[in-house]
Amino acid sequence: MSTVTGIGDLATEFDQGMLARVLEKGRSTGAGFSEIFIEDRRNVSASLDDGKVESVSSGRDFGAGIRVINGETTGYAHTTDLSERGLLAAAESAAAAASRGDGGKHVVNLGKATRQKVNDIVIVPSSVPKAKKIELLMVANEVARGTDGSIVQVSGRYSDATRRILVANSDGVFASDEQVRSLAVVSVVAENDEGQLLTGYDSMGYTIGFELFDDGAVEELARRAARQAVTKLKARPAPSGAMPVVIKQGSGGVLFHEACGHGLEADLVSKGASVYAGRRGDLVASPLVTLIDDGTMTREWGAIGIDDEGHASQRNVLIENGVLTDYMWDHIRSVKEGRAPSGNGRRQSYEHLPMVRMTNTFVLNGTDEPDDIVRATESGVYVAKLGGGSVNTATGDFVFGMTEAYLIENGEITEPLREGNLIGNGPQVLADIDMLGNDFAMGNPGTCGKDGQGVPVGDGQPTLRVKTMTIGGTAA
Amino acid sequence: MSTTKKHTVDDLQAIADRIVSEAKGDEQIEVHVSRSNDTDIRVYQGELEHFVSSQSAGVSVRVIKDGKTGTSHAGTLDESALREVLAEARENATFAGFDEWAGLAEPDSVPVVPQELWDDVLAAYPTQKKVDIAMELERLAVGADKRLRIDSANYADGAGEDAFASTKGIRGSYRSNNCYASVEVLADDNGETQTGWSYALGKNPDQFDLRDAGTKAAQRATRLLGAVKPPSKRTTVVLDPMVTAQFLGIIGSTLNGESVVKGRSMFANRLGETVASPLITLIDDPTDSRAYTASEMDSDGLAARRNVLIEGGQLKMFVHSSYSARRAGTKSTGNAVGAGVGCLALQLVPGNKSQAELIAGIDEGVLIDSVQGLHSGVNPISGDFSTGASGLIIRNGQTAEPVREFTIASTLQRMLQDVLAVGNDIDWLPMRAAGLSLVISDITMSGA
Repeated sequence: MSTVTGIGDLATEFDQGMLARVLEKGRSTGAGFSEIFIEDRRNVSASLDDGKVESVSSGRDFGAGIRVINGETTGYAHTTDLSERGLLAAAESAAAAASRGDGGKHVVNLGKATRQKVNDIVIVPSSVPKAKKIELLMVANEVARGTDGSIVQVSGRYSDATRRILVANSDGVFASDEQVRSLAVVSVVAENDEGQLLTGYDSMGYTIGFELFDDGAVEELARRAARQAVTKLKARPAPSGAMPVVIKQGSGGVLFHEACGHGLEADLVSKGASVYAGRRGDLVASPLVTLIDDGTMTREWGAIGIDDEGHASQRNVLIENGVLTDYMWDHIRSVKEGRAPSGNGRRQSYEHLPMVRMTNTFVLNGTDEPDDIVRATESGVYVAKLGGGSVNTATGDFVFGMTEAYLIENGEITEPLREGNLIGNGPQVLADIDMLGNDFAMGNPGTCGKDGQGVPVGDGQPTLRVKTMTIGGTAA
Repeated sequence: MSTTKKHTVDDLQAIADRIVSEAKGDEQIEVHVSRSNDTDIRVYQGELEHFVSSQSAGVSVRVIKDGKTGTSHAGTLDESALREVLAEARENATFAGFDEWAGLAEPDSVPVVPQELWDDVLAAYPTQKKVDIAMELERLAVGADKRLRIDSANYADGAGEDAFASTKGIRGSYRSNNCYASVEVLADDNGETQTGWSYALGKNPDQFDLRDAGTKAAQRATRLLGAVKPPSKRTTVVLDPMVTAQFLGIIGSTLNGESVVKGRSMFANRLGETVASPLITLIDDPTDSRAYTASEMDSDGLAARRNVLIEGGQLKMFVHSSYSARRAGTKSTGNAVGAGVGCLALQLVPGNKSQAELIAGIDEGVLIDSVQGLHSGVNPISGDFSTGASGLIIRNGQTAEPVREFTIASTLQRMLQDVLAVGNDIDWLPMRAAGLSLVISDITMSGA
């Protein structure tokens, strides 16, 4: 195990007695629970477009959010004044917002901060000269442009973020974590003989440091993005209507994220705003499907040591052999249910309330050979790369985009297709998964949006087939 | 930009001016300083669910030196952070590539059209009354029909102060505030659930029409109950104003001058050509005070202005920031957004028929009530358009049964040409585009 240097533990920078006094102030109006969340985030980014590194940027956000829960009411206030006076003032605001008269004095005892390490950071990004980060973009530009004569434009972005957090609450939770993420994305535009513009896009992001870029990883990324655009030069319009869909390994985790992931978040379940409410123990998917959410998955984009409520991340089995086993939980909902939290309480920043969020969500391997899945499909669509998606959890209707797809004809992958959305209903699509490959892979880094907040998430799956889904193309 | 308006923010202006004054030699510096105060209230089943009180402040600095651009930001106005931000931006600039077009905006003497961006009633509005508004909206939305229950009822407001200064002599400050209430409801029938959403807007909460917001949310949810997946076919669609506004936002992004100069626009080299139905006149007008995003200046500090982008179907212009304009050999249109380019407040010139009148003229089609997945199924570079949708079948000039879980698809290029009618029902939505009903033919509907 290598030692991380250059990233200090935030828990050592704040006096425990002071934190305890802030938590006590939070409960001064009768609240049963108070919490302080401190976050120090630094980021560096650079963007390349049209052959130039147009801008290099950096930023720092350092602040604290105080949450007070009184019965059904949550009060929240945040501040960038991290002195005792500033924190006490924020605690007073939060307490007033959740006020129910005088609550008297509540003493909070914080022990030693707990930690859980899920990632080894080999090269801390702040130790790397910015010139080396810029160099990655220049390389990506050259490699992408060199891939094919049809490529008319390339853009790229590099970013790294180092996020140090500290959480303490009136139940005695006291924990800290450092989360380092590195990301590179490449976008390519190619032009065909008719003057049509086609696009390719790929990204790589992990919860690790600059070691991500060892071994020509950026060159590979640039080639993949370029190839995707070039493949589409002769793409025909996607078909329209219901048909079998085969989704390549590591490209379709977003299907599960939308088809059932959000619907298994306890905040939506408890409001009856999910088609999966009240269905624990029921068969909700094909028996082939075992769905996991795992914040401890080393290196992956959604990996966290602790969640943003101070609980250690963990591996949670959500669906086992098609049976719904559990939802994902945050503090509020797990207390109501009288159970342990699941490490899924996350927030975008100290300016935001935590809520139930996914981490790395994926389906375990089945037994089919991926080639057999395609061969067994008379006609349909093979999706090699999915874009984003979204879901209405109350109805279960969800969409996701296909950014690279091909026709399947007579059991073979044939012509490339233009882009489009696929639409389905979560429970129906889960039941319709009739083949599952043995080639599990994680997919691209994602940002999951919910209630106006974005958090980094990962997803993954083996190659699989959905018996029937609706493809939103324009061809008959 | 005017510096004599009544709502200047002197302390933030002083910070911006001070940082700019540190410029050395031919170094260019631009500074944005902001401070905001937001309230976010959510109620659920008659109880206050959360009350979030946010105080934020921040500074962003852009430094251009020898054709190289660096930026930095800090989420605080602490004195030490201010020094660090300038130093960081300077350091970042040393690593950027040389860009012959890099440079800050020059003053262009286009006058500011003053907007009413601040409301004193809102600024003094009592907190308890804000909570009461969310409570009342919840009652109004779910009270009308036994099949309805609440998902959330919300009140939110924000007050922001901004100051800007640059070494080109552009400077100014202003404050603005805004508020809205929104509600999401669930409708249940026969084991099926549908959702509906609506909102109330006003310069201050006294102008909210809560009853209207509650009714609309309830209607949206209940009218979709019993919806089925429609068969696949080519058809005519009527886009509801909210959907049209989202569509216009995408069209606006294809007219972005930066995309044009970088070879990412399907409309490059097509100025003066017919790109849309003659019914289409698309205007970006942040000086129209009815627009939700009406504003006085862009992020370059230049006056916001009215720009006619498409007139009678003919492509008239692209929108530019000072940077993209320099690259394209033209002038800024006052459309700098952040570090990029964008439309500020789009609107279509309305036609003369209501939505009901438009529908009355359609034998067979679909009223598109809402769309899902525009971010994943629409590519503004290639023009591919495919989105999930729900709505009501139109038969013999009237709306009929509800439909859901289908997609509508075409290309952006064709959709503009295929516009059959533009409604008169302009709706100033809380977005960067106003909505109205729009009839488009030859759309592929994919369902069962």
